[in-house]
Amino acid sequence: MNHPYLEVTGLKKSYGFKPILRGIDLSVEPGQCMALLGANGAGKTTLLRILAALTSPGTGTVRIGGFDLAHDAQQARRLVGFVAHQPYLYDELTALENLLFFGRMYSVRRCKERASVLLERVGLVKRAGERTSALSRGQAQRLALTRALLHEPLLLLLDEPDTGLDEEGIALLETLLQEHRQAGGAVLLTTHHLERALQWSERIGLLSGGRLTYQSETGGLEAGSVREVYQEALR
Amino acid sequence: MTFLEQVLAILWKDIRCELRSKQTWMGMALFALLVLVIFNFAFDLRVDNKAAIAPGALWVAVVFASLLGLGRTIAAESEKGLMDRLLLCPVDRKAIYLAKLLGNLLFIGVVELVALPVFAALFNVPLFAGSLLPIVLLGTLGIASVGTLFSAIASATQARELLLPLLIFPLIVPVVIGAVRATGALMVPAANEPPWLGLITAFDVIFLSISMLTFEFVIEE
Repeated sequence: MNHPYLEVTGLKKSYGFKPILRGIDLSVEPGQCMALLGANGAGKTTLLRILAALTSPGTGTVRIGGFDLAHDAQQARRLVGFVAHQPYLYDELTALENLLFFGRMYSVRRCKERASVLLERVGLVKRAGERTSALSRGQAQRLALTRALLHEPLLLLLDEPDTGLDEEGIALLETLLQEHRQAGGAVLLTTHHLERALQWSERIGLLSGGRLTYQSETGGLEAGSVREVYQEALR
Repeated sequence: MTFLEQVLAILWKDIRCELRSKQTWMGMALFALLVLVIFNFAFDLRVDNKAAIAPGALWVAVVFASLLGLGRTIAAESEKGLMDRLLLCPVDRKAIYLAKLLGNLLFIGVVELVALPVFAALFNVPLFAGSLLPIVLLGTLGIASVGTLFSAIASATQARELLLPLLIFPLIVPVVIGAVRATGALMVPAANEPPWLGLITAFDVIFLSISMLTFEFVIEE
């Protein structure tokens, strides 16, 4: 594909009379990672829910892998992997059953083999047969990440994916994201962790009051200068 | 993945979750049995008034027990954010509706499987007489098709336990009247009785079609 994996133009969204997003323009190219920063209530989660085709966009266009969400939402959904700040797993099913169920929903071929490889990769292979209610918060988050990678998406949307992860888990997340990008995939993530955003991504954006008030390449960018902009946006 | 495979995958998941949690159908079955037993002791069931009371007792048990299950259909997944996870998948929304409907029919069916023999014994009604089973099947389908759709609407609200019966009852009145009268007609056949089974079938076809077509707009934000 020659077009960006994610292309957002003039995106606005309101709930009732309350505007949440006031005109967002951004794009994420193949192999690229973009981090979105912003205070609570800035509209990060709403933006990600729209990009994941969970919430309808108000006005503007969203294209994922060239598919317009307004017309080809089902096609776009196949290309997206989503990780929220909560794992959202079926407690009554085992880790493997959760993966197999979602694998079937995405028509993943050789799903059991793929699931086993990924469970091994995230260090959960020994717990594959246990119900997810028995997993710790960090393990459940790892499983949620595994689920998002199961169907080999082009675009990963991550809403504060490091929530609940220990240092080892965060290092694993970073490695998996690097591998995903090296394979040509794109990543858009939200975080409150400025240093992590600078370390993991090529571009960062600051969402404030429903607008993308700041965008920059991260190469050579100092955390201090970004923090000043961030603090300014919070005022 | 074909439409049918999607339906079966979601249904399999729902059945497995329910068998392990036992949250819904155990409560439904106990409730239905309780209603039948209380009705049996509360009313004088002589031959002349049995036909007036027994059908009502059966359908009160079925309708209210169904509501217990229908309320959990979508709400249990929505509360945990799991419905969003399902909606993220490129799965036909009609397949979600159909799987949920089949799940509800199965759970209500299990309850009826327990309640019907008890009903037959307590009210001295022959279980396989006439068309009792088709009446129960078609009546249940009517209640479940409306209930599955409206459980999706109610799940998005805070007062879902209050809202669901308020939304469902007015709509299922024709099917409940039809089912009660048809069951009564089995016990005391009357001349010039309207074709209740036909009415229930027509209701089922209409509401199943409407629910299938509108579920997508109800479940998506």
